[in-house]
Amino acid sequence: MKTALVPDRLERATIPWLLACAVATVAPHTEHLPLWLSTVVGVALLLRSWLWLKNRPLPARWLLALVVVATTAGVYGEYRTLFGRDAGVALLTLFMALKPMEMSRRRDAIVVVMLGFFLLLTHYFYSQGIPTGLWLIGAVTLQIATLIRIYGGAQPPVLIARHAAQLLLQAVPFMLVLFLLFPRVSGPLWGLPQDAHGNRSGLPETISPGSISELILNGAIAFRARFSGTPPANTALYWRGPVMDEFDGRTWKPAFLGRQAPPQIEARGESVAYELTLEPHNQRWLLALDAPIDLPPNATLSTRMQVLAREPVRMRSRFFLRASTDYRAGQTEAQTVLATALQLPGKGNPRARMLAAAWRQKHSNPQAIAAEAQQLFRQENFVYTLNPPLLGDESIDQFLFETKSGFCEHYASAFTFLMRAAGIPARIVAGYQGGEFNPIDGYVVVRQSDAHAWAEIWIDGRGWTRVDPTAAIAPSRVEQGIAAALPEGETLPVMARIDLDWLRQLRFRWEAINNSWNQWVLGYNPDRQRELLSRFGLGNIDWRGMTALLSALCGLALLGITAWTLWQRPRTDAAQRIWLRFCAQLAKCGAPRRESWEGPLAYAQRVAGVRPEFGDIAHRAAMLYADSRYGNGGTACMQALKDEMRRLPTRWSFV
Amino acid sequence: MTLLASLQRWLFRLGRDKTLPIVLTQRRIFILPTRAGLLFGAALAVMLIGAINYTLSLGHALVFLLVGLGLAGMVHTFRNLAGLSLTPGRVKPVHAGEIAHFSLHLANDRREGRRALSFCFDRGSEATVNVPATGSAHVDIPCATSRRGWLDPGRITLSTSYPLGLFRAWSYPHPPFVCLVYPQPIERPLPPPTAIADPGLTRGDGGQEDFAGLRLRNPGDPPRHIAWKAVARSVDAYPLLVKHFAGGAGEELWLDWSLLADEADDETRLSILTAWVLAAEDAHLSYGLAIPGHYLAPALGAAHCSACLEALALFGHEDRTRP
Repeated sequence: MKTALVPDRLERATIPWLLACAVATVAPHTEHLPLWLSTVVGVALLLRSWLWLKNRPLPARWLLALVVVATTAGVYGEYRTLFGRDAGVALLTLFMALKPMEMSRRRDAIVVVMLGFFLLLTHYFYSQGIPTGLWLIGAVTLQIATLIRIYGGAQPPVLIARHAAQLLLQAVPFMLVLFLLFPRVSGPLWGLPQDAHGNRSGLPETISPGSISELILNGAIAFRARFSGTPPANTALYWRGPVMDEFDGRTWKPAFLGRQAPPQIEARGESVAYELTLEPHNQRWLLALDAPIDLPPNATLSTRMQVLAREPVRMRSRFFLRASTDYRAGQTEAQTVLATALQLPGKGNPRARMLAAAWRQKHSNPQAIAAEAQQLFRQENFVYTLNPPLLGDESIDQFLFETKSGFCEHYASAFTFLMRAAGIPARIVAGYQGGEFNPIDGYVVVRQSDAHAWAEIWIDGRGWTRVDPTAAIAPSRVEQGIAAALPEGETLPVMARIDLDWLRQLRFRWEAINNSWNQWVLGYNPDRQRELLSRFGLGNIDWRGMTALLSALCGLALLGITAWTLWQRPRTDAAQRIWLRFCAQLAKCGAPRRESWEGPLAYAQRVAGVRPEFGDIAHRAAMLYADSRYGNGGTACMQALKDEMRRLPTRWSFV
Repeated sequence: MTLLASLQRWLFRLGRDKTLPIVLTQRRIFILPTRAGLLFGAALAVMLIGAINYTLSLGHALVFLLVGLGLAGMVHTFRNLAGLSLTPGRVKPVHAGEIAHFSLHLANDRREGRRALSFCFDRGSEATVNVPATGSAHVDIPCATSRRGWLDPGRITLSTSYPLGLFRAWSYPHPPFVCLVYPQPIERPLPPPTAIADPGLTRGDGGQEDFAGLRLRNPGDPPRHIAWKAVARSVDAYPLLVKHFAGGAGEELWLDWSLLADEADDETRLSILTAWVLAAEDAHLSYGLAIPGHYLAPALGAAHCSACLEALALFGHEDRTRP
């Protein structure tokens, strides 16, 4: 039983546990670490395992220091800093891999476990999905088991694992209470390093041929929307992103407009309220549905009718908006805005200009000219394709008269150019069109592959009017989505495919789970917290109240566990339990109480002396008990003892 | 007693335990975070700030899970001690300078085992032990000795940081432990035996060979000399009778204080006498011990040896009884 343990010496048998911890916490990072670093980490851990297996001495300190310096320099070379998020994670991973090389005392082992907890946290910079959450549970259990192994000495691993799981389970109530009630702070406490938010895919800030079609192959979710009623028809779902009104012959970009009042928006139909959960895209635009009526409190309406957040959206955020899909906007538009919407480069694309001039001669009203352009796309053999031929300098002319094939940005660009050449103020709007309704949770999911570009023209008396030239060439794009509009054989992400019905059902289900995870676990912010608390009638609780509530509940949980600790009675022998019950009942009937030192027969004798009427029964019971416990009476005796107990008068007969 | 000492006495319930077995109730168990626990707390604080700063919801969850883990671990550490019952066992006498082992019997009536219980005296190294579920275990707690006489090792520090090492729970049980420490032996050649002029005049059993009758048993008589038959015959009249022998060697070995008159001090004398007692016992020589205030007639055997060593150990101590 006795084990001689020198307090701070690390047992050899604990090394595999610690190495397993290192692997479990480092492994997910290899996905985004540079290859050379992953290799160093892998080699270091393998080498340490080999040293353990062969029982070889650890490498010299100076050698280790050399490796640390060299690899740290490598990290600096890779990231050009040591303090950013990615560089910090790289360094932590490195230390985790190298620390086992100088692990000889218990203290070192504790450092490894603590580093492991840190590394687990840093996983969440890159992913906070459900698999990462599950990995967390596994890794934490392993780390607890390691601590138990270090502090508790050798035990069968099953017992260690069971104890670790027990501890983890008891930690869960605290986690829930703290997670729900810990006063949440929104936003960073101080400035974040440059690389705090990695490159996010999303709409480009400028549009040139090919800039939207690049996005189409990306099946990632851009945002989700949930309407309070039934969602509007797909053809009305135009989610507005960047608006571009300056053209240099090839690229459209937003012009500098100065401070202009936002356009007047007049809702003409019923408005719909919806909640938008936006994935981070590092831009300010919120992709509000056209046209926005009510804005979230921390957002503003821009001159170009975009809803802009105060700060770029760097994390998944939720906004509550209201929109009217039937609207009039900007009927009285500022002169600068209209002038900008007529700008064209001084020269270039002469054929397009001539065509526009001809239309202008022919028609007097802008609607007719716009119809003429759409007619052109429809009647000539224009092709809607993801892979159009490359265009040269005269991109509009080439597209309109030679290649005649392109994606939505080609059509929107050509259309806007023609309108401006015909003297109609026009601009390009980029955003998303449509979305997929998930029947499981009622969210409309909009993906990067739903990215779209369309045009807006300004008509006197009507204001800015949307014209989607793509709808003329490929109406199904607007009605059914991208997959229906593209010709056979063009590659699309699996997510955007509409065939394979069972796969789609499965995908709906998975996305619904993922969405509730996002909404309730990852998106649990001050607003959600307030929402949840008000459901429990604690709507106006402040952080002080929350802290008090939190402490009270944590204290309660602690009390619960402690009570479990102290009330665990030893398991007594079954026969003894019955005997003790018998004695207690006998005492209730008026016989003397059994003393703790008194043997069964001695007690029976004493009972017979004081209360002769109980003498017989006490004697029989004592004999039965002695027989079942010490003789070979077994369960039959126990049953007989129970019968004796039933023969005792109940309390009621004495009342 | 200073104020601090009395505060400590009250807070830690110091003092000798009167009732046995000693059961560790919650009032007797103290718990504080260890260095690893403080490190863990600091790491959690940093992680929480990181999670808030980067708005990592799962980061919050991880930190809160670990907070819960720390608290649950604290209860488990406490529970590792709570309800344990301790019964002191035998302590074998040792010579000064040797390590005395105080044996303690541990009983666990809980369905879970207790692990990594560490016992130590204020002077002495740790002994670590596991106690199985609803079972018992035994631990020998070492304690260094330096002086002869009765050794009171003081309170035990019983501590554990199982399972997570983040907290250390401890208790100060103080069982009535005592250990007799014999003087440290200093090797010298044995003095020559002295011839007996008239064996009849000597007290005690002068020889080993001729049966010379029965007499009352004195402490130190070897058990094999007890006259069991005679005892059985007259159990009421005499408690114990021993066979008395005479004749035999005709000379006896007196380990006499006066033989060491040249030595520097009493402790050295006692040490030499101790070595002589051991050597004579080893050589199966019948020996007597004569020191001021104590006179043990020549005899042989473990009991006689212990009596001699005890007399040497307690020489000059006012109170010869166990404390």
